[in-house]
Amino acid sequence: MLRIDDISKTFNPGTVNEKTALSHVSLHLQPGDFASIIGSNGAGKSTLLNAIAGSFYVDNGSIALDGKDITFIPDHKRSRVIGRLFQDPLRGTAPSMTIEENLALAYLRSAHGKAPFSRITKKDKEFFAEKLKLLGMGLEDRMRQPVGLLSGGQRQALTLLMATLVTPKLLLLDEHTAALDPGTAEKVLELTRAIVAENHITCLMVTHNMRQALELGSRTLMMADGNIVLDVSGQERAGMTVDDLLRRFRAGTGKDLDNDRILLSD
Amino acid sequence: MGAILLISQTALNLGFQYALVAMALFLSYRILDVADLTTDGCFVLGAAVSVTMAAAGHPILAIPAAMLAGACAGFVTAFLQTRMGVPSILAGIITNMGLYTVNFFAMGRSSNASLLRVDTVFTLLRGTGIGGNWYELILSGGITILAGVLLFLFLGTRLGLSIRATGDNRDMVRASSVNPAYTVTVGLCISNALTALSGAVVGQGQKTVDINMGTGIVVIGLGCLIIGETVLGRRTIGKGIIAVMVGSMIYRFIYAIVFYTKVVPIECLKLFIALVVALAIAAPTIKEGMGFQKRRLTALRKGGH
Repeated sequence: MLRIDDISKTFNPGTVNEKTALSHVSLHLQPGDFASIIGSNGAGKSTLLNAIAGSFYVDNGSIALDGKDITFIPDHKRSRVIGRLFQDPLRGTAPSMTIEENLALAYLRSAHGKAPFSRITKKDKEFFAEKLKLLGMGLEDRMRQPVGLLSGGQRQALTLLMATLVTPKLLLLDEHTAALDPGTAEKVLELTRAIVAENHITCLMVTHNMRQALELGSRTLMMADGNIVLDVSGQERAGMTVDDLLRRFRAGTGKDLDNDRILLSD
Repeated sequence: MGAILLISQTALNLGFQYALVAMALFLSYRILDVADLTTDGCFVLGAAVSVTMAAAGHPILAIPAAMLAGACAGFVTAFLQTRMGVPSILAGIITNMGLYTVNFFAMGRSSNASLLRVDTVFTLLRGTGIGGNWYELILSGGITILAGVLLFLFLGTRLGLSIRATGDNRDMVRASSVNPAYTVTVGLCISNALTALSGAVVGQGQKTVDINMGTGIVVIGLGCLIIGETVLGRRTIGKGIIAVMVGSMIYRFIYAIVFYTKVVPIECLKLFIALVVALAIAAPTIKEGMGFQKRRLTALRKGGH
């Protein structure tokens, strides 16, 4: 599904701020894979997601999605098949527009939204309301309210819905529950799990919750210094504990996992 | 009594004509969140194209032609800022400067042009007898209200929604598979077409165009926008569009009263206008500051200090 071959990215090359954020990273995801990424501060987790989404072009290497090379495709075109959630719940929605209008925008990614002068139809609204009901937050009754009035958790749930309204081939989650309170985070995570499973979406999630990284999905990756240093799945992963993971990390990199926000348990 | 009627008629008429500039700024400044300083030159461009074409005997065709010219100016500004990386304010200033020459040529290598004994859209309407003495107001109002309704409808379409989202959250526009460079371009083309439409109507209404007639239009337009929003609030798109018209009327009423009664000496008019606009823009902050002082004083008094 996703095929990353030997990509590298250096920011501010040739200056004192030069920083190699990704160094020869390769990663292959099978259709339906749900991989979580953990790693130290500045390990390149978010940079990897940004590279896949097309926030910048990589210095070398190639990225292919579903057999199609997307290395030089601009981000707004990639977003047709790649959904994405950020840690900041404000980044995924337009605050002064209504819930309905936000969903209509997300729906532009479908072939349905091609006609620029078409308006939101009654059928669209019914479809949106039906989807909103699945969130179980009562948002279907507030469709004409501006999104700015919603709480962070509600906005993140709405963003999740928007990212998957037109089923993406790949869903990128960048610590998308980290800014939410524990109860809301659990709820958004549960929704994520349900939506991803129902639509068989291939998913790549950055998290700082070690337990989450082991329990959720089918594969756990660890990053350090712009590299993937650990990649476990299947049998090997099934019996793993957080301690095992930390030990493997130390063995692989020669140092302790250094992330000031990491949650060893919760 | 007659003076009041005359003041009202003039203020309403000019209010409608210049409301289009405020409407253009509503789209660029409020919705797209882009400070577009193409406005001054674009206004003259609309007037120049309109007057020149009316002089050639095509007063009606002159209106869409002026709008098209304005859209081109908007495209240049948008191209500079979205594709060439020129900061948005600078892009507008550069286009504005270039337009000075374009306007000069649009008026037939002259710094002004006048319409003598040729038809304008206004004389055409007067000729039909519709509206009696109020024909000017009916035409100006008709054009502006029609433009407002069309803008309102447009902003409800999928393209309109993505333009609105561009000013709100560009990341999200990209995530919706729309290129923000495209939405900014479309938005600026439309907003400058509206500015040029204003120039076109004003030009034919006054039967004259001068290369400097656009100076300060952007400030006045912004003032009108903010006066309107202060009075009506800006919750929704529909309200915003009505607000620019109301703001423009209020501004023109103040202007007309000053002009006729000469409360302010005519040579001080520009300074007076600058003050009115600055006050209008500062109004929300002043109001907030006064509220704070009031609360502070009450608290101090209660505290027995």
